[in-house]
Amino acid sequence: MYDATMAETISIAGHGGEQIEAYYARPLGPGPFGGVVVIHHMPGYDPQTKEIARTFAVNGYNAICPNLYTREAPGASPDDAAAAARAQGGVPDDRLVGDVAGAATFLRSLENSNGKVGTIGYCSGGRQSFLAAVSLPLDAAVDCYGAFVVGTPPEGMPLKVGPIVHLTKNLSCPLLGLFGAEDSHPSPEQVQELEQELKAQGKTYEFHSYEGAGHAFFAVNRPSYRVEAANDGWNRIWDFYGRYLSA
Amino acid sequence: MCTYLTEQIKVAGSGKGADGWFGLTDASVYFDHPVHASAEHSLNIDFLNPGQGPSARVAVELTAASARALARAIEATLASAPADLL
Repeated sequence: MYDATMAETISIAGHGGEQIEAYYARPLGPGPFGGVVVIHHMPGYDPQTKEIARTFAVNGYNAICPNLYTREAPGASPDDAAAAARAQGGVPDDRLVGDVAGAATFLRSLENSNGKVGTIGYCSGGRQSFLAAVSLPLDAAVDCYGAFVVGTPPEGMPLKVGPIVHLTKNLSCPLLGLFGAEDSHPSPEQVQELEQELKAQGKTYEFHSYEGAGHAFFAVNRPSYRVEAANDGWNRIWDFYGRYLSA
Repeated sequence: MCTYLTEQIKVAGSGKGADGWFGLTDASVYFDHPVHASAEHSLNIDFLNPGQGPSARVAVELTAASARALARAIEATLASAPADLL
C-alpha cells in the first residue's frame, strides 16, 4: 500500500476571510479521503498537536490544524502565543466557528476529498469541536474532555466562554465523546448531563469515560498522559471516523 | 483542567527573555497545566511586555508549594530591606 504523507504549514482563510496559519498533513495517495479539522488545546498550536494531525494523515485522512492564536501572536512560539491569548481572554466563540468553517471549506476543496469533514478537539478544543458541530454542517465530531459544554465557569474567570449544552438541538452530526472519569472539568456529572441532552434531542452519539484517567490523557508529553485510555481512545476515533468520514 | 483563571497586574522592572533584557509592564499569574514542569497543574507566572509582542515574556512554572515558598521569600526579603530604600 502506498503510504507517503506530507505535512507543512500553510495559510488558509479563517473567520471573516482573514488569513490564518494552519498545519496541513495529508496522505499523498489518490483518495478519496475524508477530512479532519484538528482543534488544538488551550496550550496552543504545539508540536504534539501537529503530531496528531500527522497521525490522521498516516491513517488516511486529510488533516488541518488552524493556529487559533494566529491573530494574537503571529510567528510566536506556541507557549508564548498561548500566554498572549490567555491574557486577552481566549478565543471568541464566533471567531472559532469562522476559523473551523474556513478549515472545513479548505478540506472539501481538495482534489482527493470525499466531501466529508469532521472535527476533533482537545481540552478547550473539545468544547470548540462541539461548538463547531452545533454551528456548522459537519459529518462527525469528537470532543476530547472539553470543559464548559455543560456548566458555568467559576466566578472571576476572564474568559468569555459559557455553557453551550442548550445548542445540542442544532448538532449537525454524530458525536464521539472521550472523557476521563477522574476529570473535574468536565466532571462525570457534567458528561452525564450532556449525554441526557443528546438523548433527549435524539442525537447520534457515543461516549466513553476512562477510569484512572483525568484531563488531557491524550497529551503524550504531560504527566496526565494515560496510555491505556489514549490507546483505546485512538481506536474509538478510528472506528468512529471510519463509519462517518470514510468514503 | 484549563482553569483560565488569571490574575493580571501591572508591574515595573525588567526581565531577561530569549532575546535579552527588556522592560516589563505586565504580569499574569495563573494555576493551570504547565508547558514544561512535570506536574499536572502548576502556578505559572508570565512577566510580559505586550507592547513588544508575545515573545517578550519570561515564564516560570512552579509547584504550588514552591510558589507559596517564593511568595513568603519575597515578602520576607522586602520586610527586612531598609525602609528608606523601598
